[in-house]
Amino acid sequence: MTQSATLSQKFGYRFSWVGMIGLSIMLFWGIIALIAPHIIPHPVGEIVDEDYFGAISSRFWLGSDYLGRDMLSRILMGARYTVGISLAAVSIACFCGVVLGMTAAVVGGWLDAALSRFLDAMNSIPGKLSGLVVVAAVGSSITVLIVTLAVIYTPGAYRFARALAVNINTMDYITVARTRGEGIFYIIRSEILPNITGPVLADLGLRFVFIVLLLSGLSFLGLGVQPPYADWGALVHENVGGLPFGAPAVIVPSLAIASLTISVNLLIDNLPQKIRDRNA
Amino acid sequence: MSTYVLNLIAVRLLIAALTLLIVSFAVFFATAMLPGDTATILLGQAATPEAVAGLRTAMHLDDPAYLRFLRWLGGFLSGDLGTSYVNNVAVADLIGGRFINTMRLAGITTLFSVPLALTLGITAAMFRGSLYDRAVTILTIGVISIPEFMVATSAVLVFSVYLKWLPALSFANDVTSVWQMLQVYAMPVISLTFVVAAQMIRMTRAAVIDTINTPYVETALLKGASRPRMVLRHALPNAVGPIVNAVALSLSYLVGGVIIVETIFNYPGIAKLMVDGVATRDLPLIQSCAMIFCIGYLSLITLADIIAILANPRLR
Repeated sequence: MTQSATLSQKFGYRFSWVGMIGLSIMLFWGIIALIAPHIIPHPVGEIVDEDYFGAISSRFWLGSDYLGRDMLSRILMGARYTVGISLAAVSIACFCGVVLGMTAAVVGGWLDAALSRFLDAMNSIPGKLSGLVVVAAVGSSITVLIVTLAVIYTPGAYRFARALAVNINTMDYITVARTRGEGIFYIIRSEILPNITGPVLADLGLRFVFIVLLLSGLSFLGLGVQPPYADWGALVHENVGGLPFGAPAVIVPSLAIASLTISVNLLIDNLPQKIRDRNA
Repeated sequence: MSTYVLNLIAVRLLIAALTLLIVSFAVFFATAMLPGDTATILLGQAATPEAVAGLRTAMHLDDPAYLRFLRWLGGFLSGDLGTSYVNNVAVADLIGGRFINTMRLAGITTLFSVPLALTLGITAAMFRGSLYDRAVTILTIGVISIPEFMVATSAVLVFSVYLKWLPALSFANDVTSVWQMLQVYAMPVISLTFVVAAQMIRMTRAAVIDTINTPYVETALLKGASRPRMVLRHALPNAVGPIVNAVALSLSYLVGGVIIVETIFNYPGIAKLMVDGVATRDLPLIQSCAMIFCIGYLSLITLADIIAILANPRLR
């Protein structure tokens, strides 16, 4: 903290190089998700290789899948579903969790108690199990997946945000704001939210990883993203028959998931203390 | 043991029971939201309206939702799990043998993962900051950050495809020799052990390091005790509570892991049964399996909490 303190004052936040690697891989997949339709070498649905489970070659950089479709194109397009669905779900989960958490902390009383008890109960259903039950009941579509994943991870976000907000709520400036006659909405937006943004964003990153893992798990079971669309988990599911041959079609999508989740974890672990631990 | 501790434990058990009630509520209503009428689904599109109405009455489908919920819950508690929609067999019969298979898988995994994880976690904490500690930490973070199916597929790639030591698929039905049994269980157990042990190593290491940071352990170091002696004699006895708590908590990851592992290795357990049930939308089967998994999960979490209460010397 001695040298870097002055440096971070000069240049804003300072990231360690491990964090930078994580950030670059994350940005790489984000950009791929955005521009995938323009850069795929072959149409995703078209059978282009005569051989199935083809090996890596100069024509098919990542081999071909169980029908002979180009794996590189399918992975690039898969990034859209894995990153897009997870991002949408984590945004909804954290938005609801943080709003409810801050409200519960500020209002307190029976609202806080009831909400905490209910959400804790929801939290004690394992994520994969809730996913299975919902898919069994209403079937699987991209909207259902986003909503389900968001609902599964809202209690965790709530718990985290509430714990932070309860600490802030005891500060003198909150008492001052209350005495001034400010309403709940003002206190939440202008006094509490600015002070918990850093840790909440770090928590959002971690929750994003959990959601990517759960979504991939569901898709791997064949219950997540349905054909003709395919996220990375679904790509592993489709091509699991190639496992005994060690086909790249099974290995590469797994590696893609791992690169995304590990890089987000690396970034969060190496965030400057200033962002990660403020008031936590 | 003081009445205060007993009270704390009683409250914890009460909360667990209440949670289970909310969970069963959630499971029932998630599956009762099913679009389409169950009686029509069972009888097919060609059924006469009279037949559908008859079946509706027989299945009590016209009753209000809370009555159906109470009847379902009562049935579940008294061991009547309902009848499968798909093949008209009592769900209890479908689950019976498979439940034992799953418990066996979980039991063997526990036997392997607990000693492994405790050894690695405690030694990593003992030599904190060393190359060994960093290797263990990076490895566990790696395993935690990747999906469970990737752990299992990697195990297949390494042990069956490249090394050719083990068969890729698992069937627990026709096992005649010890060697065969080893072969059948090896792959699922290895995969599950990785998933569970990674969590356990992390939590154990953190628990031991927490104790090492206390003044009395520092005193032990200052009086000249070696690092292993400092950890094993002075820190460990006080870290037992948090460690057992960590073990119980990590074992709850078995619930998620077993769903993936049984599917990959075609292992005849209840998780595989449930995933198949989801594909055929066999609701009574799914409800029962979901409840069994939730009960298992909740018991482990509650057990972990109770151990944490018992292990806290300030409460004794």
